[in-house]
Amino acid sequence: MTRALWTHLAKDLRIEWRSLDALVSMLFFSGLVVVLFSIAFDPRGAFSQQIAGGVLCVATMFASVSALNQAWAREIRHQVMDAQRMVPAPGAELYLAKVLANFLFVTIVQIILAPFFFIFYNLHIAGQAWLLALVLPLGTWALVANGIFFAALSIRSRNRELLLSLILFPIFIPALLAMVQATTAILTGESDPTLWIKLLLGYDIIFTTVSLLLFDVVFHAE
Amino acid sequence: MIAPAREAASSVCARLDNVSKLFGSFAALRQVSVEFEPGCCYVLLGENGAGKSTLLRILAGLLRPSFGKVTVFGEDEPHEARERIGYMSHAPMLYDELTAEENLCYFASLYPGRACLAPAEALRQVGLDPELDRTLGQYSQGMRQRTSLARVLLSAPELLLLDEPFSNMDVESARQMVELLAHFRHGSRTIVLTTHQRELAAPIADYVLTLHAGRVASLEPGRPTQ
Repeated sequence: MTRALWTHLAKDLRIEWRSLDALVSMLFFSGLVVVLFSIAFDPRGAFSQQIAGGVLCVATMFASVSALNQAWAREIRHQVMDAQRMVPAPGAELYLAKVLANFLFVTIVQIILAPFFFIFYNLHIAGQAWLLALVLPLGTWALVANGIFFAALSIRSRNRELLLSLILFPIFIPALLAMVQATTAILTGESDPTLWIKLLLGYDIIFTTVSLLLFDVVFHAE
Repeated sequence: MIAPAREAASSVCARLDNVSKLFGSFAALRQVSVEFEPGCCYVLLGENGAGKSTLLRILAGLLRPSFGKVTVFGEDEPHEARERIGYMSHAPMLYDELTAEENLCYFASLYPGRACLAPAEALRQVGLDPELDRTLGQYSQGMRQRTSLARVLLSAPELLLLDEPFSNMDVESARQMVELLAHFRHGSRTIVLTTHQRELAAPIADYVLTLHAGRVASLEPGRPTQ
């Protein structure tokens, strides 16, 4: 980890620690999604096992978008981004730090949400539970790595919040599919999630690499 | 209009050659040609919308000219010389949620290999107490402006671009800032600043450059007293 990356990350964590903006909004939002889905569907029996993976992923996705929309808000507010564009440190490190910070925030929300999720949907894990510790971070990384990049891309647009969802969701579909299928396979124990996990890993590597390579162009655009 | 270069071309700190900047169909700058010599202070005057801020942003490398050429420290892309440039905008360009010293420590860490001022020293130079345990969001506008100047001074830039540095400042603070800038200019550094308060900047103005509707209306020598 280079010094600039650590500097950006420490700054983002410190600001979030003081404001709790992202964490609180994500917690409320994802909590609502979990509760609403549990009311909309009968959370008893085998059916809940089938839909729980999808609900968890959708809750994570919507909650993350609420934070991703604000990911660059502080940089825009007082033109801090212009000052960051003037420093010699590479922009890719700023991008990576933002991804790491938001990944951490979403992971914290998932950890807090997990017990409620199991209670509301009356879940028991039929497959290998430890694989969830692989699937959820990989899926979250896919969402956050793309989200931070596209949030930076749409930052100068007046409809940036709408634009982010419009760009991000279609691109996230392969990762969402893999995340839902892998989670469902683990919860039900009916199929092998390995292929979906490999797909998620490949997706993460490709999209993180491309975003890192292109971020400087987006960052320094007028 | 090309400003007469008093020294050899190699000693020019920055040069705009026939630079125009279009935002859609609006021309913010029209065929501006001007040279900035090292160790001089240029005061940019002009009504709102005259193109002063656009000119500064082009020199800082934050905007690219639509036409013409910009050279800063011999680089055709000002961005390549960015660590030698300090840019201060109307906005503080700092985080509200951090203290002044935390903000400055953050930016100082982003200049690897450059001898930066200690954040506490930079704050003292602009007349702020580095021990002040308040986030920037709790500062007055004038204090934010001074913190913003401290951020710019941090990396000891050779070209200082200041957009309305005296706005939101009381007269005494503005005078202190002028003294600080005079000291900075004596170190062979170049200052380009925009202002609507000509009399405040007069003591350090080597040149007064007036823009009108995106064009250079005049470039006159100033009468610096500091």
